[in-house]
Order: sequence, then C-alpha cells, then structure tokens
Amino acid sequence: MTTQAKPEGASPAGSGGDKPFLSVRDLSVRFSTEDGVVRAVDNLSFDVEPGSTLGIVGESGSGKSVTNLAVLGLHNPDRTQITGSIKLDGQELVGAPNRELEKLRGKTMSMIFQDPLTALSPYHTIGKQIGETFQKHTGASKKEARDRAIEMLTKVGIPQPTTRVDDYPHQFSGGMRQRAMIAMSLVCDPKLVIADEPTTALDVTVQAQILDLLKDLQQEMGTAIILITHDLGVVARTAQKIMVMYAGRAVERGTVREVLKAPQHPYTWGLLSSMPSLSGDVDVPLRPVRGTPPSLINLPTGCPFNPRCDFREQVIGGGCTSERPPLSPATGHAAACHLSVAQRQDIFIDQIKPRLG
Amino acid sequence: MSNELTLPKPSGAAAGSGDPLLTIKGVQKHFPVMDGFLFKRQVGAVHAVDGVDLEVFPSESVGLVGESGCGKSTLGRLVTRLLEPTGGEIRYNGQDITHAGRKELAPIRSEIQMIFQDPYSSLNPRHTVGSIIGAPMEINGINPKGGIQRRVQELLETVGLNPEHYNRFPHEFSGGQRQRIGVARALSLSPKLIVADEPVSALDVSIQAQVVNLLQDLQRELGIAFLFIAHDLSVVRHFSQRVAVMYLGKIVEIADRRSLYESPRHPYTHALLSAVPEADPDDDRERIRLVGDVPSPLNPPSGCRFRTRCWKAQEKCATEEPPLIQLSGNSAGHLTACHFPEDGNAAVVPDQRAEV
Repeated sequence: MTTQAKPEGASPAGSGGDKPFLSVRDLSVRFSTEDGVVRAVDNLSFDVEPGSTLGIVGESGSGKSVTNLAVLGLHNPDRTQITGSIKLDGQELVGAPNRELEKLRGKTMSMIFQDPLTALSPYHTIGKQIGETFQKHTGASKKEARDRAIEMLTKVGIPQPTTRVDDYPHQFSGGMRQRAMIAMSLVCDPKLVIADEPTTALDVTVQAQILDLLKDLQQEMGTAIILITHDLGVVARTAQKIMVMYAGRAVERGTVREVLKAPQHPYTWGLLSSMPSLSGDVDVPLRPVRGTPPSLINLPTGCPFNPRCDFREQVIGGGCTSERPPLSPATGHAAACHLSVAQRQDIFIDQIKPRLG
Repeated sequence: MSNELTLPKPSGAAAGSGDPLLTIKGVQKHFPVMDGFLFKRQVGAVHAVDGVDLEVFPSESVGLVGESGCGKSTLGRLVTRLLEPTGGEIRYNGQDITHAGRKELAPIRSEIQMIFQDPYSSLNPRHTVGSIIGAPMEINGINPKGGIQRRVQELLETVGLNPEHYNRFPHEFSGGQRQRIGVARALSLSPKLIVADEPVSALDVSIQAQVVNLLQDLQRELGIAFLFIAHDLSVVRHFSQRVAVMYLGKIVEIADRRSLYESPRHPYTHALLSAVPEADPDDDRERIRLVGDVPSPLNPPSGCRFRTRCWKAQEKCATEEPPLIQLSGNSAGHLTACHFPEDGNAAVVPDQRAEV
C-alpha cells in the first residue's frame, strides 16, 4: 500500500483541524462464495478524528459491520480479499501480520458488539473476561487484573462491583451485560472504539443510559468512537459526523446537522421519511423506500440505488443506470448522486422537508 | 401495496362507541418457579401480568408499550388464549373465554389471530407459502369460493406479494416479505381482532415503514381491531388510536394517543418518551435518565411498582398501590396510576429531574 496522503486536504469526513486517528482509503472487501463474489464494501474512504464520534448508518447488508471487522482485521484471510488502505495512527493495517494486529486489538482499538449475551463467554466470570485483555496487553498479574476489572465495572456504573466481578454473564441483566462489554472494551484505554449496534438489543430507557455512558467515557478518556447503527435517532444524539452507507458504498457524509437537516441523497431522504416520529402527522402514511436492498453479488449497474430511487427521471442525461456517481465534493458535506446540487436542494425543500414535519 | 394511496381519515377514536370486542378484567398470569431435589415445590411465582384491565373496541387499534419483561407479550398470549390466565376474566364479544376449553375456543380462535415478531422463526421452512397461508383454512374446514389456492393467491396480492409465488418456500423471501406472509396467514380466516406482537421490530427502517403502512391499510379497509404490542413508541403512535403503557405486569397509563404523547401524567411515560431518540440535531427535549433496571417480576416492589426508579417516590408510594383512575385535568378515557402525577405538560419540567 502506498501512502495516500493527498495534498488537497485528505479529510473527507468534513472539517480539517485534527489529524485523523483512523484513515480508511479506497477500502474494498470481497468474499468468494459458491454463488459468486460478494462485494461487501466497495471503494470506501473515511476518517475518524481523535475524540470524535463517527456514526455509520445503513440497513442490514450495507457493509457497515464488514467495514469495521476489516479495520479490526477479524476477517478470515483465506476467503476475504481486502484492498485499499486502513491507517491507524499512521500504521498500515491492510496486509499487516496477525501478530501485529493482535497487539493492537483490545489495546489501541477495541470493539463493542451488538449482542452481549453471545459476545460474552458463559463459562467465565465477568471479572475474568475483563481482566484477560488487561493481562495480555500489560503483563499484569491476576490480582492486578481483578482490581482493574473492579475499577472498570465501577466506571461503567455496575452496583457493588466488588461482588459483581465474580458473577457470570447470565446473572447480569441486558443493560448490565452491555455495560460489562463496554468495560471490557475500554480496559486498556483504547484510542478507538468500534461500537456495532451497541444498543439495538436494549430498551429505550436502557439505551439512553448506555449512550450517555459512552459519551461520558469518551469525554473523560478522549476516545474516538465509530458508532454503527441503523437508527438515525441514536446517531443524532451521540455522533458529530455521519456516513450513510448503501450496498457497500458511502452515499452521503457530513456533520450530523448537515446530513439530518439538509440531506442530499435520495436514500437518506427515504430513510428519514420512513421513520415515524413522536410529533409528526399520524394520518399520513409513512413513505418507505420502495423495493428491497440489492444483492451484493449482483449489484445494479450504475448507481446501486437506482432501482429504488424516485428521482431517476429527473437526472439530466440519465446516467443513473450506466455510471456510478462519485461521492462529491471531496471534502465536507458530500453525496453520491447524479442529481445536480441545485436539483437536490429544490427537491429536498419542496418535497421532502414538508414530509418530515 | 401502493404507498401512494390517499387513505380515508379514520373515524376519530373508535373508543367508547358500541360494545367492546375484547374485555379484559383484572387478568393475572403467574408463572410458578419450582425448586427442590426429587420433589419439586413451588418456591415463588413470576408475576408476568398482574391485574390488567383493558378494552378493545371493534376496528380500533390499541397499542401496548413497555420495556422488555413488562408482560406485554404475555398479555398478548393471554388474549389469544395461548396461555391460561391465573386470575381475572377475558371476554370476547361478550363470551367468557377465560378458561374456555379447546372445543369452545375453536370458533373464537379463527376470529382472533396473531402476527409474530420474528419472520424467520414463525414460518415453517419446510412448507410452501401456499400451505402456510392455507393451513388455517384447512384446519378450520373452511372451503372458500374458488378453492383454497385461489383465496391464498388473493391474500398474497392483498399483502403486496406476487400470487405466483404460491409454491415458493420461506427462505426465498426477504425479512419484510416474510412478515407479509405472516400477515397474510393472519388474514386468511378474516379475523376481527389481530394481536400483533412486535410485528416490525425485526425489520430494517425502510422495510418497517412498508409493513406498518400495509397493516394500517388493512386495519382501515377491513375494519380489523388490533392489539399492537411494540417497544417502539413512535411506531405505536403512528399505528394506534389508543395506547397503554405497561410496567412490570400492570398498566400504569392508558389514553388516546394524543393525550398520552402530548400530556403524559405518569412519570414512567414521561421517562419513556424522553428516552426516544429523534433524528433531529436540534432535539433539546429534556432527558430523564432512569437509573437501574426493571425490578424482578419474581418479587415486585410493594405499593407502586415504579417507585424504585421514580424520582418523585415518597413513603406513600411504598405502602399504597395507586389505582388506575382518571386524574383531574385529563380527558375522558385517560387513566393514570400515580400518587404524584406530572402536571401533564411535556415541556415544563422542574430542574431537579435531570439529576435523577
């Protein structure tokens, strides 16, 4: 992988300033299966600055989880083809030997998984599972690891941490398990945490607790967070920047305000208007995105969203089925769509905004 | 299904008009907890549903919201009589079905249908779509005009699937399409009441909206009453004319959707509403952080069950259980079970609450 430091401000996620802690360039992930090659991620670029939160939004199969498993190097190398560049604090991760990645996983970058019941081992106590990572990376003794586990459990707000540390996962409630998962991922003070749908399995009240906890811990420790979710509401509450993914590609990115207040891509419009809100008009039917997400083996030609798009006819020259739109402009708020910027603005203000209430 | 349909406005809240289709009075369901060596003894009971009163009127949709473990699914199963209540009374169309046997229930079962949460596990993978949707008719010995296959194909069309897919298997469909198959199955006996247990929570946002629209079209066109169980408050608001909030086996607040969402009186309803994240960066609603988890239904707190997490709790709450009543200043049918209710204005909020 060659250095990709572009002179023209290689900071596609918007504002410059901080040097990105994680920088992904032209990342493609392909799996070979019996049915053909699955192009799970296709030419994806994004940055995450230290101490900030990037929300990755998309439906199932849009490649958001695959991207992040690639960052952590958790794909089976025999069946996965990864190209492009992933730089963590200047260090290239694509093609790095597993031994190198092992040193980084859990220490510099870590992951919070969606379902804490399956991500925690039922055979080991919570304390042991939290301490294990710490022991491995710092060479601490068992006693030190246990103390650290208690400290972390206190930090994430588990009551009576000194006794709870010896409990097994089944003795914890859903919200507490997710707290334990967070404690586990933060035990070595990582600089980057990837949270894959951390609250999807939880109730709204517990979800609010967990999101607040993540935010507090981020402020305290200056961690960069990638928050993967399908819930735009969760992103609005926690992230500074958003990347919307569709069929393995970024279709829109920008700050939370830009993407949610002035979205540019028809898919983002679709997502926003298909969500019922707490204050919208109830007698109007929801406006779902019609059709279903495409198969990643056999993607539509041109723009992958074109079979579901309502605005295809309005594109001058009709490039939707033949040419894949690039994500432009290179920096700041960008969308991958053939509609001109003026057209998008008009459509949003005239047709989409009134629907959102 | 066409989403461009302009739907007729629903004829106001159907509540209060005519006789209720379904009446639940003081229904309880306690699951025994057994322990002991050789001889199992009952050592306790999970109070899953503990004295719920609810009425569902014809062609009305009642939403049931609450956190996991609050008993909303159990209540749904009691209504369909998949479970036998421990106490209380369930009446369907005036007939007492609380402890009705299999034979008595048979004709009623065809009128009360259920849509399940998980479209992956609620369809038999070895049966074709045709036999899945046709099974209820075969079981009940119904022979519709033109044969079962014709009726199944009509149903497939109603729910927006291709009637030619009659012979396909469930794995050939996506999650949203499978949920439509589940809906078609529930419709096959022309039910009067459908209990929908989290029908859209396993689906992606864009697909979720398609299924919600489908259910709404069906409700309005066919006049089916719904008991809509969900944990997503915005979906429930969109779908249901009346909404009941459950906490630990009890209904703590019930009202028509407008007064529940605009002037909630129970602190728990307030907390739930404030926890819903809205996709709006300018959303500066004050948030109530509830501490801790829902207490165990094995041993629910005395008095008001919400008191252990409530910021307003006082001594009275521990000793006296608040009745579900209409508080002064509430519209008719808005019932709240709280000793120290909120003032009903979602915007005005005292400062100390944020610290709880």
